[in-house]
Amino acid sequence: MDDVLIIKDGVMPFLSILIFLPLAGALGLFLIGNDHFAKIWSLLVTLATAICSLPLYFGFDLTTAKYQFAEHHAWIPAWDINYTLGIDGISLLLVLMTTLIMPLCVLGSWSYIRKRVREFMACLLIMETSMIGVFVALDFVLFYILWEAMLIPMYLMIAIWGGPRKVYASTKFFLYTLAGSVLLLVAIIALYLQNGSFFIPEMMGQEYSFLFEILVFLAFFLAFAIKVPMFPFHTWLPAAHVEAPTAGSVILASILLKMGTYGFLRFCLPITPEATITFVPYILWLSVAGILYGGFTALAQRDMKKLIAYSSVGHMGFVTLGIFALNKFGVEGAILQMINHGVTTGALFLCVGMIYERTHSRELADAAGVGKFMPWYVTFLAFFSLSSLAFPGTNSFVGEFMILVGAFTKYKIIAACAIPGAVLAAAYMLRMLQKVVWGGTDNPDHTGLLDLNLRECITLAPLLIFVFWIGLSPEPFIEVMHVSVTHLLTQVNGAMVDAPLDLARLMLP
Amino acid sequence: MESMLFIPEIWVLLGSLILFLVSIMDGSGRAARFWAGLIAVGAILLTAATFFSEGELFFAAYKVDLFSQLFKLLVVTGFGVVVLLGQDLRGVDEKIKPEYYLFLLLSTLGLMMVVSCVELLSLFVALELSSFALYLLVPMRDERTGTRIQMESAAKYVIFGVMATGIMLFGMSYLFGLTGTTYLAELLPKLHGIGMQPAAVVGITMVLAGFFFKLGLFPFHFWLPDVYQGASNETTAFIASVPKLAAVALIIRGAALYLPDGQAAGSLIAVLAVVSMFYGNLLALVQKDLKRMLGFSGIAHAGYLMLGVLVFKESGYATSVYYVIGYLVMNLAAFLVICNVARQGENLLVEDLSGLSRRAPLMAVILAVAMFALAGIPPFVGFMGKFMLLAGALQAGHLALVVMAALNTAISIYYYLSVVRVSYCSDSDDVETIQVDGLVKLVGVLLVAVIIFMGVAPNTILELAAEAVRNIL
Repeated sequence: MDDVLIIKDGVMPFLSILIFLPLAGALGLFLIGNDHFAKIWSLLVTLATAICSLPLYFGFDLTTAKYQFAEHHAWIPAWDINYTLGIDGISLLLVLMTTLIMPLCVLGSWSYIRKRVREFMACLLIMETSMIGVFVALDFVLFYILWEAMLIPMYLMIAIWGGPRKVYASTKFFLYTLAGSVLLLVAIIALYLQNGSFFIPEMMGQEYSFLFEILVFLAFFLAFAIKVPMFPFHTWLPAAHVEAPTAGSVILASILLKMGTYGFLRFCLPITPEATITFVPYILWLSVAGILYGGFTALAQRDMKKLIAYSSVGHMGFVTLGIFALNKFGVEGAILQMINHGVTTGALFLCVGMIYERTHSRELADAAGVGKFMPWYVTFLAFFSLSSLAFPGTNSFVGEFMILVGAFTKYKIIAACAIPGAVLAAAYMLRMLQKVVWGGTDNPDHTGLLDLNLRECITLAPLLIFVFWIGLSPEPFIEVMHVSVTHLLTQVNGAMVDAPLDLARLMLP
Repeated sequence: MESMLFIPEIWVLLGSLILFLVSIMDGSGRAARFWAGLIAVGAILLTAATFFSEGELFFAAYKVDLFSQLFKLLVVTGFGVVVLLGQDLRGVDEKIKPEYYLFLLLSTLGLMMVVSCVELLSLFVALELSSFALYLLVPMRDERTGTRIQMESAAKYVIFGVMATGIMLFGMSYLFGLTGTTYLAELLPKLHGIGMQPAAVVGITMVLAGFFFKLGLFPFHFWLPDVYQGASNETTAFIASVPKLAAVALIIRGAALYLPDGQAAGSLIAVLAVVSMFYGNLLALVQKDLKRMLGFSGIAHAGYLMLGVLVFKESGYATSVYYVIGYLVMNLAAFLVICNVARQGENLLVEDLSGLSRRAPLMAVILAVAMFALAGIPPFVGFMGKFMLLAGALQAGHLALVVMAALNTAISIYYYLSVVRVSYCSDSDDVETIQVDGLVKLVGVLLVAVIIFMGVAPNTILELAAEAVRNIL
């Protein structure tokens, strides 16, 4: 265990602080009677969490693929279940992004949430606990508990504070994601019985029988593909996105979807490499299907939130394309694109939330032509839209470029098929932007609309900074993942030779 | 000093005499409830005081050990909570309230004794004491709220109960015929000595059938939804939780009689478990009556509990004990809400819960936690228990069974979630807030705390359960 964990004695347990600080904040909310104080309190708690996450970046050792800032405590000795935490280059950026997004979610809900504010903030904080926990957990049971536990606050967020079809959307979200992950639990137990431990790194690089790997991979794949969501498991996403309150949509898009792709990287690739290689062609084609399907459907939407939701399906298709290209460019691009999508799509959902607060409609037609009255708003929107369509100079360009480079080196036809997705992204984003900024000759009357206030500008500004920071200087973000990704790929590529043979053996009696 | 071991039972017995006096002197329901609460507190303290004592009584027919005391403590605690949560026993006529508490207490006494009995006849007597008291509690619901359905339920309960008892007695006669003894301690080596003849397997299985009836395992489940629906809310709260504890204790004692490696009945129990899960969960999906829904969910949970038993090992039994403790707490939490939301003691439909989060926010939270826990969502005890059951069963090689149990989780979430959905999402015209007693609120919060505590820190109770199970193997 010590050969994969770096446990430093006498150092602050930053990861535990990140997990428990929001939880303590949520409990603290029960003592606060006033809604306004509850908002300020939540903002302070999420900001404190964000500040506590900074040492992770600055103290991160770039030279090792081991799990850093690790913590290890016995939890349930009878089953050898431990409280083990640690981060590597794959999870570091995701944790940082989570802590960045959460204060913005609080700010974005400041005036959007009017009823049961305290409960809403408690849901947000509990979500933060379980999301950070998922990214840092190195014990499979701990991971699963946090992975499932987050369904409850997310469900409540959609079901209580959601839009008109909230009941349908929240139930579908819950059922879909839960049904996907029940077999994950069986796979976890099966892996435990093979290894005698729930420690995740110990499960990697073991010799499992090929059939066992295939079954475990399929159980993993179902759970993670639903979360991503990959085509054709995406149907819960537009419903949940559209009905969720702004903060809920932001969390869903920016962080929750990343858990699926994180699951691929953390579990599927290193634990079941041979099965991964066997399934690569199918998954790549599913990714391409997602990219094209998401693009075409987004093009047809009238509802802004739905448009962005379907664009997410397309963007996440690029991420899975990069991951399963199984080379350095592809995987690093995919991780970067996960961050980019979190930043950009989160910002776009915040933008839609801001217009919804003013016009009480998410229809593109109702928001047509606000550019004249809300210059600041459309400025932000323009930059985020350009980022979403991967305009050079913005963050998504770097990510998509790396993914396509990675894909082209091995799978030329598949990569070529994904290219129209990038064109489609430009088409639907520019269509939305054009409508919102200028509209047509029959724009609704917007004379009463107020432009963004200071709070809203502060909400969007950090994300805008990251759009250009990653877009113009991606190296600080990419360099943290080099070693971990290289390590991951050696774990997978070792199996590259055996996989076709094993598949043949499985097929032929 | 030996008789000191029997103190909790004597206390409860004396308590039932007090309640008997209250009833013949036409005491009020309030007075009876007061006495019942007092007796419960005393019984909890006395059982806790004798928690770690050990000994044998009555010609070794009655054994006090950690296993029995653990279950006794749970039984009396469950009784105490049931007395407390039925604020004014709304579904029962004022005139017979003292009698109601009397029979409730007698049933508790039977359940306390049954977990200590290690001899077949005394076990039978204790089991019948608890059962007959329960048979009487069901029709005690008044006409208004029960709309006579309680009579039908009671009749079903008695008929199925007597039938199950008959099967159990028949099985006991086999065991006696094969071994010439009724003491479990002597039965075990003798049965294993004769090499597990088919007659022995059939005998043990028939004895188990009597216990399966208590638990509501398929195919002995027919009474369960009807009784849940027909009995008053408080009675259902009791039937749904406390006797199941004793049932699990008895099933573990009975299953220990099988050869540990032969697993003669393993596949039978596995089939019963799977059918119970699917039957319970699928039928619960379409229920409108909340209690009836919980009844079907109880059948499914009986199936889950069997996952631990069919491992036929200490670790499996221990997880079953752990799960049933969790089940007790989850059920009591759910029924605490049901009893207090039904203002006239009427049966609640799921849709009657609409707007609960406005009318009684705390009750809505407790109900939501109970439902998520029953569904097996972490971080609640339902998940931890189910996880350990699945892990144990998979370890014993029951892959297909485990996969089906996992799929059942996905099926069941729909109806549990619908309860939460209605109480949080639907707005009702009825905006009157529901007044809940402060003590009841406190107990509800405590139950939620236990649900969460057992879910995130299962170790203490798991070790206790393992230690208790080790005592009887």
